[in-house]
Amino acid sequence: MCGIAGLIYKNGSTSIGDDMSRMLQSMKHRGPDSTGYALYRPPSDDWVMHVKLADVNAERDFDFTQRITRNRGEVRRRLEAEGAQVLETLDTSPHAMTVMFSFTGDDLKPLADRVEDIHGTEVLSLGHTLEIIKDIGDAQTVAGDYGLKGFHGTHGIGHVRMATESDVDISGAHPYWAYPFSDIAVVHNGQLTNYHQWRRRLERAGHRFQSECDSEIIAVYLAERIEGGDSLEGAMHRSLEELDGVFTYLAVTGDELGMAKDELAAKPLVLYEGDDVVALASEEIAIRAVLDREIDTYDPYESEVMVWQR
Amino acid sequence: MAAVEDNGRATTMDDRGLVELNDTVPHVSEIADGKATFDARELTTRQINLELRSLIYDQGILDVTVLNPGARHSLGVGILARCRIRFEGSIGYFACGLIDGPEIHITGRVGWSACENMMSGVVIIDGNAGSLTGAAMRGGDLLVKGRVGARTGIDQKGGTIIVCGDAGSNTAFMIQRGRQIILGDAGPGLGDSMYDGELYVAGKVKSLGVDCVPGEWTDADTELVERKFRIYGLGSPPEMQKFVCGKKLYNYDTLEPSERKLVL
Repeated sequence: MCGIAGLIYKNGSTSIGDDMSRMLQSMKHRGPDSTGYALYRPPSDDWVMHVKLADVNAERDFDFTQRITRNRGEVRRRLEAEGAQVLETLDTSPHAMTVMFSFTGDDLKPLADRVEDIHGTEVLSLGHTLEIIKDIGDAQTVAGDYGLKGFHGTHGIGHVRMATESDVDISGAHPYWAYPFSDIAVVHNGQLTNYHQWRRRLERAGHRFQSECDSEIIAVYLAERIEGGDSLEGAMHRSLEELDGVFTYLAVTGDELGMAKDELAAKPLVLYEGDDVVALASEEIAIRAVLDREIDTYDPYESEVMVWQR
Repeated sequence: MAAVEDNGRATTMDDRGLVELNDTVPHVSEIADGKATFDARELTTRQINLELRSLIYDQGILDVTVLNPGARHSLGVGILARCRIRFEGSIGYFACGLIDGPEIHITGRVGWSACENMMSGVVIIDGNAGSLTGAAMRGGDLLVKGRVGARTGIDQKGGTIIVCGDAGSNTAFMIQRGRQIILGDAGPGLGDSMYDGELYVAGKVKSLGVDCVPGEWTDADTELVERKFRIYGLGSPPEMQKFVCGKKLYNYDTLEPSERKLVL
């Protein structure tokens, strides 16, 4: 079933981490398997990278802990070898880490590729402002483990997952980052039926995928379009023609948040547009978790695309 | 409530005689002049429904106001008595489903699948409604003053749905009997695969579904529309188009699907 939520504040940053975690917790019944956040800090010149060091379900063999510790150091070493200056590293969980670094190069792909070359690691997100946090458990558990209550930012999206077509694991959890394009992330509720076609097409164009999950296609698809010169809104409109299946998805970039709904309006989305905030969620109950008053909401119709700026 | 021993586990029955697990009636209503009001802010969904049923079935109070429902799901479901319920605010999915008899007024918005399988009574929604509003409805009147999502009255088998705003795609999908009055625009695929029933649309229709065709306006239609407008104080009815079933799908034919599309 899955639940998605998005929130964008127009007047500067607020406690987006806490808000998003309350929205997602209220939709726990839509997906208790894993929870993911894509949150945006106010922009800076430095980079933030989230790295998964091992699968949650990975075999805990004799030297597992040692290997993880070794890999933490290795991530740092490889970033520096690619010309990045590591400013800070955080051990965000037993199997994930966050690295803040400065980097003056243009191409992020060699950087991300070199980190991912370490056995078992995966770059979950990379950008000036984007941070993707996803793990097994409900919204409160993940927010607690990763210290999201104090996260201040302008906008974000989130996802509670009921695993239907791939494993209960971090790789199967949303949001998806559009590897290796910075600051683009997607959450999705639905199924894409031309997934394999698009995956082959995008792989031939040189993209790589982190998971077997159909939703990841949307992130990479949008990023490629944006890289090719489309606006987020233009790319999303086009996706309605080119992606088949039933879907409602939310996409975010460094300063925009957009929603798109398929031509059957098969998956729910409730929208609230206020003067200073726009909130979207699969259920109104999630919006009410952050706006505790009677509000005027509605369901966008079929084939609708809307984009808001922060 | 009566406690029942079932294989050593204590199970409770609610006032209708149906099983309700792990909760008791909160008894938080203020009752005066045969009317009850309670604040749902601190109650769980189950407690709200238990309180409602306790008031209506056990205490015989037939006028209940629920404050701060907070967009919670499955409120006011399965009320099988003549009574009056008012929700002050928005409620979530599956609102007022399977009801038989009550007059319900919701001052906010409702989520998906409101009044699903409604048997009789009246439901008035002041705000917007989500998709699948009035799904499989069998009787009674459902009035939405805002707009509705997709597939309103899917599989409707009776009753009247009135929508003052726009309606989404596949409105009245597979409707079998009953009426829908849409005062705004209707989305693509109106009345797709309908078996019977009447659809009245005042605004634009984006496209008609398979086997939905314009119908002939009769005096009975005028009488019906005027009566419903009078009952709900909607003023004088605008000019409307009527759509009915083309009955082309009633019989199986041997045409290929592509040929059948041409015929229809």
